[in-house]
Amino acid sequence: MKEKSLFEIIDIESLPLGNALMKLRPCSGKMPDMEPGQFVNILVPDTPGAFLRRPISICNVCDGLLWLFIKAAGTGTRHLCSMKAGEKLDIVLPLGNGFTMPESKDARILLIGGGVGIAPLLYFGIRLREQGYNPRFLLGGATADSLQLLDEFKKAGEVYITTDDGSCGVRGTVLAHDIIRSQTDRFYCCGPTPMMKGVAALAREMNVDCEVSLENRMACGLGACLCCVEDTIEGHRCVCSWGPVFNTKELKWHES
Amino acid sequence: MNLKVKIAPGLELRNPVITASGTFGYGPEYADFVDLSRLGGIIVKGTTLEPRQGNPYPRIAETPSGMLNAVGLQNPGVDAFVNMTYRIIRDIDTAVIVNISGSSPEDYAEVSRRLSGLDRIAAIEVNISCPNVKSGGMAFGTSTDGAAMVTKAVRENYDGPVIVKLSPNVTDIVSIAKAAEDAGADALSLTNTFLGMAVDVERMKPLLSTVTGGLSGPCIRPIAVRMVWQVAKAVQVPVIGLGGIMNGRDALEFIMAGATAIQVGTANFIDPAVSVRIVDEIREFCDRHGVADLSEIRGII
Repeated sequence: MKEKSLFEIIDIESLPLGNALMKLRPCSGKMPDMEPGQFVNILVPDTPGAFLRRPISICNVCDGLLWLFIKAAGTGTRHLCSMKAGEKLDIVLPLGNGFTMPESKDARILLIGGGVGIAPLLYFGIRLREQGYNPRFLLGGATADSLQLLDEFKKAGEVYITTDDGSCGVRGTVLAHDIIRSQTDRFYCCGPTPMMKGVAALAREMNVDCEVSLENRMACGLGACLCCVEDTIEGHRCVCSWGPVFNTKELKWHES
Repeated sequence: MNLKVKIAPGLELRNPVITASGTFGYGPEYADFVDLSRLGGIIVKGTTLEPRQGNPYPRIAETPSGMLNAVGLQNPGVDAFVNMTYRIIRDIDTAVIVNISGSSPEDYAEVSRRLSGLDRIAAIEVNISCPNVKSGGMAFGTSTDGAAMVTKAVRENYDGPVIVKLSPNVTDIVSIAKAAEDAGADALSLTNTFLGMAVDVERMKPLLSTVTGGLSGPCIRPIAVRMVWQVAKAVQVPVIGLGGIMNGRDALEFIMAGATAIQVGTANFIDPAVSVRIVDEIREFCDRHGVADLSEIRGII
């Protein structure tokens, strides 16, 4: 069940590039059930210019706290990243449909994240590990500085890294790393659209099942306004309510 | 205290708060947040004769105190509504009103005919004001002849209440309102969105795939209030006011300007429970000011 609730910021860690890792506790004391890949929709307080809510991936739910990894991308998210512990946020959650669990515990799965897109993969990776799967992570960033939460990822599985400038891991995008061409049954991918399209194209070539998490601009987050649609083989579908996770077989990316 | 309002012969709402078409889905989308039976009514997504895919993405842009949309009437068509959606929503305990659109008066007439047998549909709202489709839509709402022609097409094919939703993108909204009234509208709703545009300066491109779109939110409210005030003074039929209503105070502004009922649209995106809160805030105002019936303050300006 979806709800609109107040959350208190318990801890907020400033990260390079103005980004932040925020940990929040529900003021009601009751954390709603949330699936990896779902998202929350946050009202930005006291910020003229941020009229609509800001959809943010669920990065983790741990010890009664909701983790959000927020990229300072514009007026609204910059304000969120500058908030302090003790301040409260009005959040609608949980929204959308998450990643599909692999059919078999032996499935060879690779979770591929780029930039702030690594956020939902942490929660998913931890859930996979808890349920006896063996997730591997391929994480890409612009520089070593931009790679975050690596210690958390390492607790959940093997971590492979690429950076655009080569300051950490393999130089280049995630597509430059050999691990992406290893024998794999399914990719789960979240990151900038060009990166996801590259991964989707490779998945098609390798005949690997591939799920991606999209972040089209949205308003309601509930499937009502039809603003955030993605063109799929079944027509325009709302990213907020049909997704945000799509199997790339449903998308028309390879046609463009 | 009486919050009931009469919109048309045979259509009384339990309170004046209606959710606006295109902002509330078909109702169930908001059921986790709102007790739907506490609403005066729900106007469901714009329905056309044939299924429509709407416009390409991007369809939305945030603007100062509002947003632009260019959804373009995406909907599964009237037959899907009648055969599937209606079964899901028919038992919602509030007035369910269907918003309809078309490319020709014949489209409007046919959609009205197909809806006329549905006993749980309280009324039709005729959209002659969508700024996001190439043919029809707003074109009918920008001339007195077009407004009259479409209103008449629906009136002749639908026995229930007919509400005509007016476009604000006109020089003289009063003349369009009178034309719709003369052609048989039971009530008028205004305003639809204002035609607008926004540019991504860094990329040197429009923010919407269609370049222009419909502006909504609190930024349009003063213009919408003014138009409701002008129209309510000039017509005999009830006026339903909308445009940037975010709370009970805003709703009362429209009622004092002459609106019998109001619609809540964009605010549903900011607070999914806002519609019932507005009912509570109107009631609280009436308590505080000793208003026993909304007719005491309607059109007080």
